Amino acid sequence: MIEVKNITKSFDGVTVLHDVSATFETGKTNLIIGQSGSGKTVMLKSLVGLMRPEKGEILFDGRNIMTMTVEDVKELRKEIGMLFQGSALFDSETVLGNVMFPLVMFSDMSRGEILDRARFCIERVNLKGAENKYPSEISGGMQKRVAIARAIALNPRYLFCDEPNSGLDPKTSILIDELLSDITHEYNITTVINTHDMNSVLGIGENIVFINKGYREWVGNMHEIYNTANEALNEFVFATDLFQEVRRYVAENGRRQK
Amino acid sequence: MIIAGSIATFGRYCMFMRRVFTLPDKWKVMGKRILDEVIKLGVDSIPLVLIISVFIGAVIAIQMQLNITSPLIPAYSVGLATREIILLEFSNSILCLILAGKVGSNIASEIGTMRVTEQIDALEIMGVNSANYLVMPKIIAFVGFMPVLSVLCIATSFIGGWLVAQFTDIITVSRFVYGLQAMFQEWYVWYGLIKSLVFAFIIASVASFFGYYVKGGALDVGKASTDGVVSSSILILLFDVILTKLLLQ
Repeated sequence: MIEVKNITKSFDGVTVLHDVSATFETGKTNLIIGQSGSGKTVMLKSLVGLMRPEKGEILFDGRNIMTMTVEDVKELRKEIGMLFQGSALFDSETVLGNVMFPLVMFSDMSRGEILDRARFCIERVNLKGAENKYPSEISGGMQKRVAIARAIALNPRYLFCDEPNSGLDPKTSILIDELLSDITHEYNITTVINTHDMNSVLGIGENIVFINKGYREWVGNMHEIYNTANEALNEFVFATDLFQEVRRYVAENGRRQK
Repeated sequence: MIIAGSIATFGRYCMFMRRVFTLPDKWKVMGKRILDEVIKLGVDSIPLVLIISVFIGAVIAIQMQLNITSPLIPAYSVGLATREIILLEFSNSILCLILAGKVGSNIASEIGTMRVTEQIDALEIMGVNSANYLVMPKIIAFVGFMPVLSVLCIATSFIGGWLVAQFTDIITVSRFVYGLQAMFQEWYVWYGLIKSLVFAFIIASVASFFGYYVKGGALDVGKASTDGVVSSSILILLFDVILTKLLLQ
């Protein structure tokens, strides 16, 4: 579980996060949602230690990353997997090389064990056969899946995803969402996904934190979001006719079970 | 304002170097990366060094012959002057200014692209010291391979001069070769190699520094690449004066 307590972050005198608190639960897909510029990426980067808030606490199962030594943060990061918006795969490495990278750097496995583990992760994200391709030779959706395979290679306790669906078609987005959700439940990971994709919000949002203009506006889940009275959240989630129609349908018929 | 900015940049550079020169996470991985960089930055630069050296060596020999017109100056002076120019300046300072363009822009743009595509963030998230992992192999490889490039440059430049003597009638081969050997001072070779090591460090570290701290997109990567080349070129010229004063006087 990750607990965020009263974090504030500013850039050049402009406060981007105002005293934000949230809890991200283990074994659930936790979503941070909000409009572009609302501060959700700053929040995600603060969580993983790429940015340092001016005040507040960020607790990884009780361990405060804000007060840790550099060495302790380095150790903690071995428990973290991250999926970046642009996948951030290493251009000079093949798919297999990318997935093997964290294993080579941080495990004591033999070469054979590393290969087995990397191949297992690649199969887990349904990319068998693409091992020897370079990132530039595969599609955006496949790149995301490679990034997921790399992120889970070391069996992380925490998985962070920065807009995993950006630049993907709706069908591939859903596949990525389902993959992240499945992996979260399968390995009991604390997954935090930063998104403004409404399919993700309504499809896998087991715990949703809505950030608006740097403030935490609302916390709930994908079922509660249909009945929220929060005006900003309603404007954000049900901005299009399509999603208003979805809400009407759910109000009349209930939510369809998978 | 400019002075304050320069001091701040130098401070950031020093802190960056402190992050670069730490113990690597895995020596085996570092060793492999150093070998890769030796090939990419060093071996791949050999053709450029050879082509430039042979032509510059030839041009220096011709120009020496054109400028040494007095009958009181012995003919072998062409070879001697060619050798001194190549040993003292061309094989280190001028070569490194040329390599600052090739290797410096390569390093700055590679690391800069990794920064803007979040690959460096990905390394940091994994717990890898990205400065150490990315930059130290480049510095070690380039500094380590620079003497090879410098010696190749010297040899090829001499061949360029020799070709002029062989295929033109401006000087005989025997006099040119005699000039190359006359009044030889071994220290000049060491002086040139010491300078080339320092310049190689400047090229690799300054270009890496500019690439590492890129913010923005493709345009900023291009700007960082240019800034890296310009800054390392100026530093090479500055240190050329300092080292010449320290080592030759």
